[in-house]
Amino acid sequence: MYKYDLYDQAIIDARVDEFRDQVRRRIAGEITEDQFKPLRLKNGLYLQLHAYMLRVAIPYGTLSSRQLRMLARIARTYDRGYGHFTTRQNIQYHWIKLEQAPDILAELATVEMHAIQTSGESIRNISADHYAGAAADEIEDPRPWAELLRQATTFHPEFSYLPRKFKIAVTASPVDRAALRWHDFALRIVRDEARDTGFEVFAGGGMGRTPFLAYPIRAFLPAEQIFSYLQAVLRVWNRHARRDNIHKQRMKILVHELGEAEFTRQVEEEFGHVLKLGTDFPRVEYERISAHFAPPPFETGLSEDIDRSDPEFALWVDRQTVPHKAPGYAIVNVSLKKVGGIGGDVSAEQMDAVADVAEAFSFDELRVSHAQNLVLPHVRKQDLYMVWQALDAAGLADINLDLVTDIIACPGLDYCSLANARSIPVAQKIATRFADLDRQLDVGELKIKVSGCINACGHHHAGHIGILGVDRKGTENYQLLLGGSGAEDASPAKITGPGFDEDGIVDAVERAVERYRALRDPGERFLDTYRRVGFEPFKEAIYG
Amino acid sequence: MKILTGNDLPSGAVIWWAGDGWSRHVEDAVDVGEAGEATLTREEGARRVNSAYMIEAVATPEGPRPAHIKDRIRALGPTVRPDLTLKPADPDAGSWVI
Repeated sequence: MYKYDLYDQAIIDARVDEFRDQVRRRIAGEITEDQFKPLRLKNGLYLQLHAYMLRVAIPYGTLSSRQLRMLARIARTYDRGYGHFTTRQNIQYHWIKLEQAPDILAELATVEMHAIQTSGESIRNISADHYAGAAADEIEDPRPWAELLRQATTFHPEFSYLPRKFKIAVTASPVDRAALRWHDFALRIVRDEARDTGFEVFAGGGMGRTPFLAYPIRAFLPAEQIFSYLQAVLRVWNRHARRDNIHKQRMKILVHELGEAEFTRQVEEEFGHVLKLGTDFPRVEYERISAHFAPPPFETGLSEDIDRSDPEFALWVDRQTVPHKAPGYAIVNVSLKKVGGIGGDVSAEQMDAVADVAEAFSFDELRVSHAQNLVLPHVRKQDLYMVWQALDAAGLADINLDLVTDIIACPGLDYCSLANARSIPVAQKIATRFADLDRQLDVGELKIKVSGCINACGHHHAGHIGILGVDRKGTENYQLLLGGSGAEDASPAKITGPGFDEDGIVDAVERAVERYRALRDPGERFLDTYRRVGFEPFKEAIYG
Repeated sequence: MKILTGNDLPSGAVIWWAGDGWSRHVEDAVDVGEAGEATLTREEGARRVNSAYMIEAVATPEGPRPAHIKDRIRALGPTVRPDLTLKPADPDAGSWVI
């Protein structure tokens, strides 16, 4: 994992002192809320439905046990005993007191964490494949590039007052586990014919009110030119962005309005200028950062055998573990989607428990997935049974990775001041309806994503089944969408028709699932069947 | 009726204008009639409330109930965590929210 140097630590410590003074001045009445709001947002502090909400950055979703224990401590000391992992691999706390926020940031700084770039018109926390550094199918670990870009862009004056937020994701596998094409700017590490590392670059994606998939702007960008290329993209956006219209500020709108060909032309022209400035990093800087991400000392000669005599354990292994790049190891997915629970919520005690497991069995490393689950990236197969038992004792051994109950849901109207409808109760009711594990396994991979408003924090546009909560004359109403994907086969979901009330949307989802079961060919996922037979058979099932 | 709500500045807690001060309980809210804007300006200026606004509410025997679901959820707490609502010991506390 990356370790702060003196500069990193000094920057974060100074930022805490600065914010402490800003909070003092706000409480003393020396500055107004209008003056204070952009300052607190630059430190991840929102005012939400019940209190202040603090969103803490988890760069590329990577945590150490020590950091997770600090997150637990903050939940216990300053919040109400829990935190909520988000769809951008961050964590947020919903019951924060303004007067305590500087103390929280000071505590975070002691474990090399902060809340910068989790809000405001900035380059947001850069997300990555949650299996990075462990995946059997990756070309190389993408996180050094994410860290390099994080360092290059944090507090960079040219990127401090962007037209709107800007989201970046990085992966290094043919399988997309980071929803690349739903980002403003996305990088997939590839190799050219000479085996040199570079990026396939995508630009102009995003969810929200106007969903667009990022388009492939560059098939191959030499890796060492990445900062110049990012700079060129941001300059073109900055030059044309509609700062006068909040609905047209995101870069995806500019790409759509200019057209992909013209946007690409302008970026390439600007790239030519920027390259001459020589602002790209020397290779030695990449190597300095990359050294922090050296693989842990994997043992060799380990057995691949797993004692499957306990059937519950065997089921868990089959569903919750995936292949690791090192022989004898597995990647463990820790579900935060207990049926009837709140997806992504985790108590301080559970955080401590997972931190203990990671320390004992996963080289002290953890990941947060954008699907609001946790990952133990490096577990010896011979230790899986002990890991399962420890997770089970903490109430974290649920079996549902990518199944119908592994639902992404934003906090919705239960917590969020932007929301129009509650998301969590809908997710809970759907999960409860499909609670039977045999039924879940029979249905197979099915990604349901629920947003409580058009801002789409619950990724409903990318759901095989998406649900969007809206306000219809003061009551909650839910629109159903079908056919979305955030994977390498990315596609935007399509609205089926009139919306439903809370119980009605659960019934509608079940009708869609049953239609899939009736129509599927062997081996087809829900999404495959939908794409093969089209929209109409599902619409007929849903609306009769 | 019209009532005022906002957040306590240092803690962020949801509060309601009770006529002579701010209360955590929506039951204490009073109808501000035409005096709402002036009260908001005065109270925000004195930093006794943050991000305050005026909403429509319905008078009931149990006290004012915000007209919109968002403010009803603000008044009590998240519907999915009854243990974290303002009156977690009262099983009927949330009966009017949804």
